[in-house]
Amino acid sequence: MTTTVRQIEQGRAASGPTAPPTPAQTPDTAPIRLPRHLLSAGDLNRATAEHVLSTAERIEQAIAGREVRKLPTLRGRTVVNLFFEDSTRTRISFELAAKRLSADVITFSAKGSSVSKGESLKDTAWTLQAMGADAVVCRHSSSGAPQQLSAWVDGHVINAGDGTHEHPTQALLDAYTLRRHLGPLVGRRIVVVGDVLHSRVARSNVLLLSTLGAQLTLVAPPTLLPVGVQAWPVEVSYDLDAALVGADAVMMLRVQRERMSGAFFPTAREYSRSYGLDGRRRALIAPHGIVLHPGPMNRGMEITPQVADGAGSVIVEQVANGVTVRMAVLYLLLSGEIEMAGGTA
Amino acid sequence: MTVSPVTAPEIRTEILGPPDIARTIDRIAHQILERNGDRPVVLLGIPTRGVHLARRLGERLTAFADRPTAVGSLDITLYRDDLRRHPPRALEETRLPPGGVDDAVVILVDDVLYSGRTIRAALDALRDHGRPAIVQLAVLVDRGHRQLPIRADYVGKNIPTAFGDDVAVHLVEIDGMDSVELARAVPTRGAAAQSRQGAV
Repeated sequence: MTTTVRQIEQGRAASGPTAPPTPAQTPDTAPIRLPRHLLSAGDLNRATAEHVLSTAERIEQAIAGREVRKLPTLRGRTVVNLFFEDSTRTRISFELAAKRLSADVITFSAKGSSVSKGESLKDTAWTLQAMGADAVVCRHSSSGAPQQLSAWVDGHVINAGDGTHEHPTQALLDAYTLRRHLGPLVGRRIVVVGDVLHSRVARSNVLLLSTLGAQLTLVAPPTLLPVGVQAWPVEVSYDLDAALVGADAVMMLRVQRERMSGAFFPTAREYSRSYGLDGRRRALIAPHGIVLHPGPMNRGMEITPQVADGAGSVIVEQVANGVTVRMAVLYLLLSGEIEMAGGTA
Repeated sequence: MTVSPVTAPEIRTEILGPPDIARTIDRIAHQILERNGDRPVVLLGIPTRGVHLARRLGERLTAFADRPTAVGSLDITLYRDDLRRHPPRALEETRLPPGGVDDAVVILVDDVLYSGRTIRAALDALRDHGRPAIVQLAVLVDRGHRQLPIRADYVGKNIPTAFGDDVAVHLVEIDGMDSVELARAVPTRGAAAQSRQGAV
């Protein structure tokens, strides 16, 4: 396998265009690089994470109010959306982000593909490899699937949610949304409420937001907190009212019924009473505080419609910011490949 | 803009000092007025130093013509044709004046005109922002060696250079001083250093 990959790389380098020497463009400071694959929010240090967020800001600025909301940056590159699990907003968001950067996008969902005939992840990966995908956006119901995939393909792998493990671009868009409303996140108090056990959004957010200096409080019934949560850089509480007082932001998590085979709480009604966000609890957070939800929402379960649609709710904005942040990630991952392949980095 | 190789010995010559740069900007401002008359112009600086030159030029135009001049900045990074060859660059600010660029006389402002690729990218970026009536180009230094059919309308100073030379523009806003310097590698020792590098 290794030989095959190397041969393909050499083939690419040899067939690359030999342009006239361009003027020396050594940047004044060493460039900040993303890891080759975006698999975990924990792979980003503070400088890198802030670089992604400020790149997203610039991209938003560059296309704001324009008639043509498209940039030629990734012309001729191919981005494959590989979705083994249902998704609406993440898939559409990645598709739109890649299209806004002029990349060719192929969306592949498990339903209606060879996967339903029993094809393995590895064989699917080799198919993508043969087709020459520059980036593979992968969502899978098994934790770690994107990491496996990254060993099998040459393109950059972006984790778009793997099982109950991580969802790094969601954390980036949440951080972007929080930063727009609250400024720098250092010392900001953010309360994350709900099904932390099954939530990849919570894991990625804990890693990223703590890297950015925010103080996090997780609130959930004990049955929905993962083993080992004491080692996370967070505070844990079972009392939502107390945790919400004066918080800068509250992030509600979806109760993931599809991942719940056991009895984690007695009734939906009881969960809603103890851990749902209603108008009374909304009033406890700081006056400038905002309400986030990664979607899809169970209205009436973890959040009431009045709060979801009310003032200080940034849930719709999160979706819009998702496109911008994913554009930044694709741009940063897919630039400078030739130079890196040449080993001059 | 560019940083010369660290090791090679070089001779640095100052081409323009602070008063020269101020006079040059005054002269370009007068040329812009002469050419465009009463038509209002939009100055768009290309980051990073072009933005400060555009702002200075705008101040002079406002003073000479006695009416405000629209000034903005246009980052062209996402339109570059060499993105795959270099590590991802940090993006700079894009800020168009409130009136936009539709049907306006747009003057792109940059510090050094060299290969012309930056200006090609700027023209592409501009096209996505609207449809200007006229696009002109003002640069502080033209150092030649064009790789594209692009020419400046206003040139502060033509500097004949060799390919390996480095033209460094320093502005008070970024570098703490105003100057234009030409750095030229010392021929013999430079070649020796290069062959030494090759041996390693």
